[in-house]
Amino acid sequence: MWQELREEFAPQGLEIVTVALDLKGVETAGRWIEAANPRHPSLIDQAHLVDELFGVINVPSGVWISETGMIVRPPEPAFPGRPRFADAPIPDDVDPYRAEVMRTARRIRIQPERYVAALRDWAAVGAASRFALAPDEVLRRAGERSEGRSRAAAHFELAQHLWRADRRDEAVPHFRQARRLQPDNWTYKRQAWILANRHQAPSELFEGDWLSDVREIGPENYYPPLDM
Amino acid sequence: MILDKPRVRRDEFTRRTGWTFEPEGACRGDLCIALQDPAASHEPLPPGPGDWLDAELLARRLRMPLVHDERAGLWCLGPESFGSVLQSAEAPDLRLPTWRDEPFKLSSLRGTRVLLLAWASW
Repeated sequence: MWQELREEFAPQGLEIVTVALDLKGVETAGRWIEAANPRHPSLIDQAHLVDELFGVINVPSGVWISETGMIVRPPEPAFPGRPRFADAPIPDDVDPYRAEVMRTARRIRIQPERYVAALRDWAAVGAASRFALAPDEVLRRAGERSEGRSRAAAHFELAQHLWRADRRDEAVPHFRQARRLQPDNWTYKRQAWILANRHQAPSELFEGDWLSDVREIGPENYYPPLDM
Repeated sequence: MILDKPRVRRDEFTRRTGWTFEPEGACRGDLCIALQDPAASHEPLPPGPGDWLDAELLARRLRMPLVHDERAGLWCLGPESFGSVLQSAEAPDLRLPTWRDEPFKLSSLRGTRVLLLAWASW
C-alpha cells in the first residue's frame, strides 16, 4: 500500500524511506522487501538506530522531515490502510495462543484514514500544512529522555551486540533489563521475543510475551491516538 | 556505545553522540557542561581528537548510564538522561545500508520532503 502512495506523492516532492528494524537484517526482512518491489529507498537497521535517534518505540511509525531536514512530525503510528490483522478471519486449525493474538489484534486502535489524509495535505501544500509542526512542538511531543529510558537503551545495545556475537546467554539478561526499564518500548520487547519464538509467545528466555503485555495495557492503548 | 574498557576515543564519542569538546567542557547546540569534577581544582584541557576519555567521568557529568557486564567484559555508555528524546528538531543524518547493501544517508534527500517509515517483519 505504501508503494501506491509513494507513486502519488513522489511528483509532489515527497519521498518515502522505509527502515526495517531487525537484528537479523536482510535474512528476515529481505523477502518482504523483495515482494513489495519498492522504488523508494528501503533501509535495513540491524542495530535499531532509529529507536535511538528518532525515539521510535513501536512499528509502524512515521516521521515527517521537511525539505530543509527539519523534523515536522515526530514518530507516530503510520498505517497506509487497514492492515490484514484488523479483519483477517481466524482459521479453525490455528493454535489457541495465535487465535487469541488475532482476536486481541482486532481491538487495536488504527487510524489509517486520518493519517493518510494528513499526509496528502502535507504532500500538497508542504510547510503551509497545519499538520507540519513547529520545532518546539516536535520536541515537546517527542517526550523527555528519562534515566530509565537511557539505561534501557544501553542494555538493549549490549543485548544486541552480544546476541550478534553468538553470546546469547550473556545477551538475555540485557534484553530483560531493557524491558523492565522501558516497558512501553515495543520494539525492544518484540525484537527479543521474536528471537525466542516466532509467534512472540511465552518462552523460557524472556519475560512477558506479546499477548500478555498487550492485555496488561489494553489493546486500545497499544498505539497512542493520532494527535492531528 | 560498546566499550571494552571504561574509556572512549574523543572522535568516536563525538561522531556517535554529537557532543564536542571546547574549553568550557562538553558542548552540543547551545548547551555546554563542564567536565570538571567538583573535587578537582582545575578544568581539564580539552582532549585532542584521538585522545581517550574517561567513560566514568563522561557518564557522571553528562548523566549517561554506563552499564558494565563483568562476565562479558564489556561496558555500554548510553544516551544522556535529560532533555528531549530528540536532540533537536533537525533530523539526524541517519546512515544505513539499503537492503541491497548500498550505503544511504538521509541528507542525500535534502530538498525533498521525506516520510521516514520504521517497520518490522516481526
